[in-house]
Amino acid sequence: MSADVLVSARGLEVHFPIRGQGLRKKGAGVLRAVDGVDLDILRGETLGLVGESGCGKSTLGNALLRLIPSTGGTVDFAGTDITKLSGRGLRELRRRAGMVFQDPFASLDPRRTVAQTVSEPLEVHGLRKGRQARAERVAELLELVGLDPAVAGRYPHEFSGGQRQRVGIARALAGEPDFLVCDEAIASLDVSVQAQVLNLLRRLQRQLGLTLLFISHDLSAVRHISDRIAVMYLGRVVEIGPAEAVGTDPQMPYTQALLSAVPLPHPALERKRKRIVLHGDVPSPSAVPSGCRFRTRCPYVFEPCDDVDPALQSVGAPGQLAACHLHGVVGTPATEPEGVTAKP
Amino acid sequence: MTAPVLEVSDLRVRLRTPRGPADVVNGLSYTVGPGETVAVVGESGSGKSVSVLALLGLLPARVATVTGTALLQGEDLLTMKPERLRQVRGPGAGMVFQDPMTSLNPVLTVGKQLVEGIRAHQDISKEAARRRAADLLGEVGLPDPDGALDRYPHELSGGMRQRVVIAIALSNSPALLIADEATTALDVTVQAQIIDLVEKLQADRGTGVIWITHDLGVVAGIADRVLVMYGGRCVEDGTVDDVLEHPAHPYTRGLLGALPDLAEPAVDGVVPDLATVPGTPPPPTDLPKGCVFWPRCPVRGDARCEHEQPPLAVIGSSAVSLPHRAATWCTEGSS
Repeated sequence: MSADVLVSARGLEVHFPIRGQGLRKKGAGVLRAVDGVDLDILRGETLGLVGESGCGKSTLGNALLRLIPSTGGTVDFAGTDITKLSGRGLRELRRRAGMVFQDPFASLDPRRTVAQTVSEPLEVHGLRKGRQARAERVAELLELVGLDPAVAGRYPHEFSGGQRQRVGIARALAGEPDFLVCDEAIASLDVSVQAQVLNLLRRLQRQLGLTLLFISHDLSAVRHISDRIAVMYLGRVVEIGPAEAVGTDPQMPYTQALLSAVPLPHPALERKRKRIVLHGDVPSPSAVPSGCRFRTRCPYVFEPCDDVDPALQSVGAPGQLAACHLHGVVGTPATEPEGVTAKP
Repeated sequence: MTAPVLEVSDLRVRLRTPRGPADVVNGLSYTVGPGETVAVVGESGSGKSVSVLALLGLLPARVATVTGTALLQGEDLLTMKPERLRQVRGPGAGMVFQDPMTSLNPVLTVGKQLVEGIRAHQDISKEAARRRAADLLGEVGLPDPDGALDRYPHELSGGMRQRVVIAIALSNSPALLIADEATTALDVTVQAQIIDLVEKLQADRGTGVIWITHDLGVVAGIADRVLVMYGGRCVEDGTVDDVLEHPAHPYTRGLLGALPDLAEPAVDGVVPDLATVPGTPPPPTDLPKGCVFWPRCPVRGDARCEHEQPPLAVIGSSAVSLPHRAATWCTEGSS
């Protein structure tokens, strides 16, 4: 593994059992939320993770931090496989990897002051001894995220959405993490406030050398903040590469369709915009199509798509990978049940 | 010129709140012509949703005082008797609310909800209404419309539910369709499908549309005219090209600058920081004196900013029939 990779997932799976109704409690099927993800996040980069709702991007973010258990594969964090951690190791992971949640109204405890919320990680990890030292650190953190340290004694309801999100970021930074997952961190904010938080995240990332995973359905925001972009579809990363390359010259038909659906705030461009229309809805993650999982909606579907599951391959710009047979058939053929091929 | 579908003048809404009276809409005037789409843009709390809820009499009378006039095909919605208003909602004006998860009744099938709306306004048999309902679901692009009639909302995805809500809003061929953040909760691909659908129906039937959104990208695609709201007022309006390409109000400029832009690539590999509008919108219980925007305004180029609310005034070069107007003291010299 190259030295500058901070987080590395290999064959990561998060499958949820589906409970049947009535007497059939078991065996009703499996929901494959994350289904074989290979992903490297480089130290100091911002990786944007995009996809439609239900594609598994939040589940992936949670699994990378082990906030939910994975059912297969490995996640390497700075050289340690975190899927097997427990006790002290897990606590150290909690310090070194933080999360900024989507809803700043639900992710802060309404009965604790900002100071209590932000200083809890300091106590848990024993980072500052003594009340005075912790209060100083809280003031520092609040200042870092652009809040007046004088607000430390206030409760979440006294803040606007954007300010609350800043509190959430301060809490996530309290442990001096290397890695921060921002899961739809700007989705519930107004446009002008979104811009403030995006700028803050970019500043913090540069200032503290953070590694960010920025999960969002807003492609314009992702394009703005990310060094690289990964696109997810039905539990799998189907394209990844430099933000510029993925944003302007996507190689996977799904990425092309997704980008073409983003409305642009320029009337003249907007009238010229050619949209690639995808037909049908995203298949259920409990019934993932065989072969390429995008084949049921792909406008270019051809023969190998039915039974060869495409692997990510280098296409387009340097560092750009796409899982699509249009660039040459690479991948695993659909698995025949073992023993069936050798019929007598 | 044909008569407008909707003509709103000097609409004002005052709400009673525990913290005192809140002036959420302060003198809003606009018209919507047949087949025309007017986009109402603004951040949360700017009064855009309340202004349309007031039009349809959907604000509780106990807390809301609504004044002004709103002529829907010549009839004033604001002085209408409740019985007449009930007749008008549907064939006169249909509404699509933001959240497809909560705007359908979870214990009734899709078919029941559609048939109810149709039979409330049209004297047809249950069977005929059901056939009409299936047709509508087909029109809004729902796969297997006949099967969908017997499904419950929870069996449908978000995009499908929003299409059902749109089908209900369209079931009585309204002259005016109000879409309040109708696509905000949806993925871009589904959003694009819904917008196509509304544009098609609009072309077929000449429906006037009020499209409320905070997404300026959607506005650029769908709107003929744009109305920018801030602090319960229209601070700028005009054609979509005028407002988005030549914004005159510092707030509109701020909003556009704050938008990460997919069409604007990095310069030498460096993406510049977004321009931001400092601070947050003022609470409607405590609107600033003078120009509503001045506490956040980066320009403040006039002595009157802090004392006097600027009127909505026509800006220099715009055409007489499609005026571009802005309510600011600071139109010149800054770009």
